[in-house]
Amino acid sequence: MPDPSPPAFAPAPDPGSVSKHGLGRGLEPGAVPVTDRVTWIGALDPDLRTFDVILKTANGTTYNAYAVRGSDGVAVIDTVKAPFVDAFFARLEQVARYDELRVLVLNHLEPDHTGAVVELLRRAPHLKLHVSPRGLQVLRALLKDRFDQYDIRGVTTGDSVSLGDLTLRFFTTPYVHWPDTQCCFLQEQDLLFTCDLLGCHFCDGRLFNDAVGDFRFSFEYYFDHIMRPFRRYVAQALDLIEPLSPKVIAPGHGPILRAHPDAYIRHYRRLVSSRLARETGSEKTLLVFYVSAYGATEQMAQAVAQGASENPAVRVSLFDLQGGEVLPFVDLIEEADGLVFGTPTINGDAVRTVWDLLSSLVDIETKGKLGAAFGSYGWSGEAVAMVEARLQGLKMRVPVSGMRVKLHPGADDLDSCRAFGRDLADHLAGGPAPREIDMTQLLTR
Amino acid sequence: MATGKLIFEDVALAVNVPAGTRIIEISEKIGAGITYGCREGECGTCLTHVVEGGENLSDPSALEQRVLKENLAGRNDRLACQCQVLGGTVRVRPG
Repeated sequence: MPDPSPPAFAPAPDPGSVSKHGLGRGLEPGAVPVTDRVTWIGALDPDLRTFDVILKTANGTTYNAYAVRGSDGVAVIDTVKAPFVDAFFARLEQVARYDELRVLVLNHLEPDHTGAVVELLRRAPHLKLHVSPRGLQVLRALLKDRFDQYDIRGVTTGDSVSLGDLTLRFFTTPYVHWPDTQCCFLQEQDLLFTCDLLGCHFCDGRLFNDAVGDFRFSFEYYFDHIMRPFRRYVAQALDLIEPLSPKVIAPGHGPILRAHPDAYIRHYRRLVSSRLARETGSEKTLLVFYVSAYGATEQMAQAVAQGASENPAVRVSLFDLQGGEVLPFVDLIEEADGLVFGTPTINGDAVRTVWDLLSSLVDIETKGKLGAAFGSYGWSGEAVAMVEARLQGLKMRVPVSGMRVKLHPGADDLDSCRAFGRDLADHLAGGPAPREIDMTQLLTR
Repeated sequence: MATGKLIFEDVALAVNVPAGTRIIEISEKIGAGITYGCREGECGTCLTHVVEGGENLSDPSALEQRVLKENLAGRNDRLACQCQVLGGTVRVRPG
């Protein structure tokens, strides 16, 4: 979605700022001052073209780490990916001796931010580590037998650590984008360290948002693939950090946001809002998707939609997947309350069109939505159970067992499809009569 | 044989189970929205809110207690892969 206020979002580069640091893309800068107390000690990775398998990175990325100097010691905020630890240590050594280091903050423990942790602790075993409580289990895996040797503290919102005349305050911001993610705020300088939140994969040695090239595409692309599945949590994180009114936002990837940081927070607010306006009021929405080889699954789909439509509290839509493209359907699904997939079984599997859409749902939050599957088959009919398993893998509830019909549905089959649709609608509308079964009845499932 | 009633709110289904049954043994089979990661009590993915009958579940092990604490779980949250129904009625929904 285009930003309606691009000048505020991506201020024109300030040539003076660029020349001040004497940095250009591809050059290896030394440690770079962010403020009089904070220094960038991260690494540039301009040659990266694919990140985490799922993201393209047209001009690479940066792994941002920072050193914070207080009157009573130095804190290191995050580290870098393993292949770049030499650059990290070289920059760290430009700004502090190891015996000056007191605190290590790990805002997120994914490997691209923790590649130097083991070696840093070897060099400075006296460091006091600060991670979110959820980060402890990953740190345990990272440090293995050495975990108990170090001074490790799980911190949550309200906790802080003093560096003498500077204070780092912690904010628990889970699922942006791992369970362990947190932010920390350098109170006296109004500087917020956000790790992946408000970051992007964009490599430019000029480092600051008022100096680098146009990174708007990268910023939104990063949000779409990293943050969008967790947009509910992103909104909660914004609720926590927005009142801080940070003057500088220092993320773990991409440009440091020192010009108009508030514009980036506002832009995130827009990105977490619904792509499609909800126009169904209090009605629940049920989307019925189908693919049909001989028309049999299509007949079933129409009957399912017909049955569900009998419930006045549910708005039903019917789509032939072969007539649409994946991305608009993903936007629709993000706002829907329930999804039903009709697929024939071909070569013992659901058809590719269905899998293409289901695999794309990793980009949105589907947890808690209602899901179901149905389909016609000629021989064995495995597709329905396969789709149901995928829906459960997407954290959806699948309360009604799928419907399968061998070859074309007869009148009784279509009645059953309508009943199936009514049952789904009842679950969506929140009013199915509670049922009771014995565990032995599950043995055949 | 001692039995208990395990009610899954999100799918409106009660299942009568033998004492000692873990929630994980039932929830996926009936399509409840409780989801699982490691299935070994370590990752916290299956955090489940116990709406009623927490006293009818087995006590959390040291491992479960640690994972609950590290996941900032509420007082009535449990790990569905770990806790067992001992009897009575237990009502749960995804955490």
